[in-house]
Amino acid sequence: MKLKGAQIFFECLKKEGVEVVFGFPGGAVLDIYHEMAEHDIRHILVRHEQGAAHMADGYARASGRVGVCLVTSGPGATNTVTGIATAYMDSVPMVIFTGQVPTPLIGDDAFQEVDIVGITRPCTKHSYLVRDVNDLARVIKEAFYLARTGRPGPVLVDLPKDVIQAEADFKYPKKVDLPGYRPTVEAHAGQIKKACQLIAKAKSPVIFAGGGIITSESSEELTRFARLIQAPVTCSLLGLGGYPATAEGGKRPDPLWLGMPGMHGTYQANMALSHADAILAVGARFDDRVTGKISTFAPKAWIIHVDIDPTSISKNVEVDVPIVGDCKNALQQFIEVFEKEPIPRLTEIRAPWLGQISEWANDHPLTYTPSQEMIKPQYVIEKIHELAGERAIITTEVGQHQMWTAQFYKFDRPRTLLTSGGLGTMGYGFPAAIGAQVAFPDRLVIDVAGDGSIQMNIQELCTAVCNKIPVKVVIINNTYLGLPRQWQELFYEKNYMGSCMEGSPDFVKLAEAYGAVGLRAERPEQVEEVLRKGFSIDAPVFMDFMVAAEENVYPIVPPGKSITDMLLT
Amino acid sequence: MIVTNDKRYTIGVLVQNVPGVLARIVGLFSGRGYNIETVTAAETNEEGFTRITLVTTGDERVLAQIVKQLNKLVNVIKVFDFSETEFIDREMALIKVRAEEQTRAEVLRIVDIFRAKVVDVSPHFYTLEVTGNEGKLSAIIELLDQIGIAEMARTGKAALARSKK
Ligand SMILES: Cc1ncc(C[n+]2csc(CCOP(=O)(O)OP(=O)(O)O)c2C)c(N)n1
Ligand SMILES: [Mg+2]
Repeated sequence: MKLKGAQIFFECLKKEGVEVVFGFPGGAVLDIYHEMAEHDIRHILVRHEQGAAHMADGYARASGRVGVCLVTSGPGATNTVTGIATAYMDSVPMVIFTGQVPTPLIGDDAFQEVDIVGITRPCTKHSYLVRDVNDLARVIKEAFYLARTGRPGPVLVDLPKDVIQAEADFKYPKKVDLPGYRPTVEAHAGQIKKACQLIAKAKSPVIFAGGGIITSESSEELTRFARLIQAPVTCSLLGLGGYPATAEGGKRPDPLWLGMPGMHGTYQANMALSHADAILAVGARFDDRVTGKISTFAPKAWIIHVDIDPTSISKNVEVDVPIVGDCKNALQQFIEVFEKEPIPRLTEIRAPWLGQISEWANDHPLTYTPSQEMIKPQYVIEKIHELAGERAIITTEVGQHQMWTAQFYKFDRPRTLLTSGGLGTMGYGFPAAIGAQVAFPDRLVIDVAGDGSIQMNIQELCTAVCNKIPVKVVIINNTYLGLPRQWQELFYEKNYMGSCMEGSPDFVKLAEAYGAVGLRAERPEQVEEVLRKGFSIDAPVFMDFMVAAEENVYPIVPPGKSITDMLLT
Repeated sequence: MIVTNDKRYTIGVLVQNVPGVLARIVGLFSGRGYNIETVTAAETNEEGFTRITLVTTGDERVLAQIVKQLNKLVNVIKVFDFSETEFIDREMALIKVRAEEQTRAEVLRIVDIFRAKVVDVSPHFYTLEVTGNEGKLSAIIELLDQIGIAEMARTGKAALARSKK
């Protein structure tokens, strides 16, 4: 039986198990919208296509499933670009369907024509322009396969209007045939052996885990392995939650947990990396925000690097033992080796190193000066952690509030922190929270936002209200673009040009105008009450916390400096 | 003086011949700041596959990244890194050279020596076709330049690994 392209589109989504599409219509995709009601699929109508892309991203990061968005041609497509680039940098599985002008008009500067495949080529894992309805099912199958396998990433499928109007026989391919795409999953046994020899000899090893731990669902393996060889663990921003920050149900820090490394990393994480004699990096890519000055990074360490993407290895730092493969597979092999042959006298060998680390941690723990007068942003984060419960999902925008969240919220589980690490996209957190809430309607989902960032996709409050998506937004309102302001204070003679956010709307009234709930805290003693109240409401809530305006994030490694050159206060 | 360890590398890339594949490859180079000196592309004997030969400059690390980044492209079937194997490379040039009465004999002598061909003749110009490796082409171009090259089109390099003896 022949089906129309638009029908084939939905049949394919069904085969892929897609339950929700984040979208916004326009002329080029109206055939798809016309068909939509016939199919059992949830459509979340957004208010800006950037929001749709971040929602699909948040949905994917929270659930591990492929996020899907659907937008029209031209401006609809270009509006998704920031969202696509954000997902690309952080390896998030997504499929973006864009409408396109009919094939005979392509290239004629037709109304709402844009070469979106060309525009997004550098920030997608792959992309397709479907020229023939007979290719549609195959392309969609490949798109989902590419998005979720190997190093995941966004895949764009451009759908000309005549293609989705045309008819073809529908047959969903059973298999994909991509001769140029064969990600290496199984880590090479010889390389594993080499790595194990280094690890077995190491006196002061550190495990550095990145987002790959989350993507590959291997936090259990990571935790087991770290304990097995008694190696301290640091996780990049994207890796947070991959190793538990606390032990005994949050009563105390996990003894092997170092915190996040890098520019705003903990003293002990940066010192440990800099003094380690072996670093096992898994699913991390040695971003410059982690390494600081590259020539002085980890000067004493043998570096073992596990990643499914060979281009990540030896890109930024020279690696001694490269291991291409899935983190889970590699960690399983490591565990097997060391369970069979435990390191002799492990406790004794490790004692000086772990002792040194607790000394560092005690000398310069993460701190801030509490206040009775002003709300300290770090205090708000600590309180959120205290009240939100272990199943809560936290998203963030970008700025100081993001770094304080990474520092002061103790992430114990994977997929509980969703944040734009690689691209650093202000405006990510709120729509991402909506996406995460769609994936997990029963969990508490909180966007920790800045007063600047929240305004970048604030229109999605309407999406949350209309679709009854009860996300909570905690605005750390310092009336500044705090991160640039901090840099200006420290490195640009306090010239605060452009970073003052005075004149922002009244977020409480604004929330109410949208039909959401608005709450405000102006004094420290109100913080807990506002959070408790906000978290208990089954509707979208904006909580506006008027915090100390010129609080800084410490430690900070000044740009271009080694990670041991931290400013601590 | 800036000291670099930059070298020239020849890379072969076998790709699926799908729309946009060349743009992906060229875009990879420009987007990541790699150099392209020459690039050639044409279908192979197998239907649906194109063979691209690229000449690039960079240090060893850059080359390693280029090879890995190329391999990462979904439409790339195979990358041939000729820095590790013996290979044959050829390039063709069409050269329009001034051929007046006094220089014609000299041009023909050069044609003979380099086993080039005269493919077009007009009152004042000969157009030559010459094939060879880089060394041969630079040599003939240098000689003809002294006589007077009016126009020139080069194909860029095509390369294949030598088969094992
Ligand atoms: C889209 C975008 N534009 C600009 C920046 C640069 N930038 C990084 S943090 C920041 C300030 C964020 O301000 P706010 O949301 O109030 O957070 P705060 O730092 O005050 O906590 C800016 C402008 C960015 N990351 N993203
Ligand atoms: Mg702010």
